[in-house]
Amino acid sequence: MREEEINFAKSDSFNLTMIPGAFARKLRTCIIWQFIRFVVINIKMLVVVSKSH
Amino acid sequence: MARLVVMGGGVSGHTAATFAKKWLGDEHEVVVVTPNSQWNWIPSNIWVGVGQMTKEDVVFPLAPVYEKAGIDYRQAKAVSIHPEGKTDSDTPYITIEYTGQGKEGQTEEITYDYLINATGPKLNFDATPGLGDGKGQLGEHTVSVCTADHAMHANLELQKIFEKAKTQKQKILVGTGHGMCTCQGAAFEYIFNIEHEAKKAGVRDNLEIKWISNESFLGDFGMGGLHMKVGGYVVSSKLFAESLFAERDVPWLIGAHVTKVEAGKIEYELLDGSTGEEEFDFAMLIPPFAGVGLKAYDKNGEDMTDKIFAPNGFMKVDADYTAKPYEEWKASDWPRTYQNPDYKNMFACGIAFAPPHLISKPMKSPNGTPINPTPPRTGMPAGIIGKAVAHSICDMIKEGENAHLHEASMAEMGAACVASAGKGAFDGTAAAMTVYPVVPDFEKYPGTGRDTDYTFGEIGLAGHWIKHILHHMFIYKAKLKPGWTLIPE
Repeated sequence: MREEEINFAKSDSFNLTMIPGAFARKLRTCIIWQFIRFVVINIKMLVVVSKSH
Repeated sequence: MARLVVMGGGVSGHTAATFAKKWLGDEHEVVVVTPNSQWNWIPSNIWVGVGQMTKEDVVFPLAPVYEKAGIDYRQAKAVSIHPEGKTDSDTPYITIEYTGQGKEGQTEEITYDYLINATGPKLNFDATPGLGDGKGQLGEHTVSVCTADHAMHANLELQKIFEKAKTQKQKILVGTGHGMCTCQGAAFEYIFNIEHEAKKAGVRDNLEIKWISNESFLGDFGMGGLHMKVGGYVVSSKLFAESLFAERDVPWLIGAHVTKVEAGKIEYELLDGSTGEEEFDFAMLIPPFAGVGLKAYDKNGEDMTDKIFAPNGFMKVDADYTAKPYEEWKASDWPRTYQNPDYKNMFACGIAFAPPHLISKPMKSPNGTPINPTPPRTGMPAGIIGKAVAHSICDMIKEGENAHLHEASMAEMGAACVASAGKGAFDGTAAAMTVYPVVPDFEKYPGTGRDTDYTFGEIGLAGHWIKHILHHMFIYKAKLKPGWTLIPE
């Protein structure tokens, strides 16, 4: 069984949601991808900050 | 020379006082009254609570900062407000009781021309039997991360649990300790940081980690949840939050009002009216917030606390407090200027202002127990509101009391929020989210109540980097180091 599928069986609540697979989890700590996301998130946050002042 | 007195030195009060002093210069006086000797960057307390930061990393002494800024700092708690003065004087004043500076216990009157109430919350541990010690402080059965000292204590207790978990099963319970709590975000961060540290310590398999909260659905966060664009879909924060809990194997108990805390056990009531018990070896339960208990008196010394403050102890401002059903709530109910309707030289900001109503849908159990999160008013909104209030007062001082007031409605401002899910330069993660506006406006944004172009969320290492950078950036700003005004709230 794939790692991400194990928790689905642990409870009905877990079974009715979504759990990221190995690739999605790897991307979360992939330095290159996260550096790109860092830039993107900062830009998005700055837009929201500028709209809020 | 006018005198502005700021009661409270947290995010909102400190922002208001420092900007006011910068704009007013030496021509006018700014006084800060706060019982604390240190400023605390509260969002990082969760890292103190898992041993990844020390108390010294998240606090710094206020006195040198205020001395540098030219602000008159009184380490004291505000006790009462007298907006009409007294029988022989029309000058409004507050009474304070010193908690430091070698004057502990001494009382004093401070007159003011303008007053900002930024006293923040009273951590109302005693609202739940056993959560408090009966004297307003944290009880002996659970821990808290609401202050840096609480977080240090929490870490000491947590490390004992990790040690025991090397040889035996242990149960950890994290969440809210009452049906009317806010600040679910702090508990959310703490539970996932514990889970992350448990994995690093190699004890995760022996730990049962469980979430308990007053939210009617996971991801409510006191804002009625939010919808965000993820992977081409617009999804509810419910799915986003449930996914993270399921991934990390953290079961949840929601819609819960904790009714009693004992050693190793809580009792609770759920939204469906049922009751239950949950045992624990370690529990971090956030207390509900209340106003700090300020009293208000008129010119003759008659108590008029009910006129100035809402029943929950927060100060009334320019909100629409008319009681009405959820279906009739509007974005325009929320305050814009934070000016007290009766005394135009009094303002409240941050947690200290009384919200007109909840943001989340109000819920009650069949027994009549209200179980719903109360509105968050911390972080970015607290800073923006503090700055807007300072701006208004500075204009009133310089241009007269009819000067245009600056506005900062939570129904028209967004918020950026970064919730840590584990600390580590290369293996840390955090949920980076923005929400616009904080209070949903269903007239302007039918459907979700918010602009989904500016409401998003994702979890990853980038979020952790941002949270870590914000930690240093906001402490730098609060210390008023060169260029501090360039850092947005």
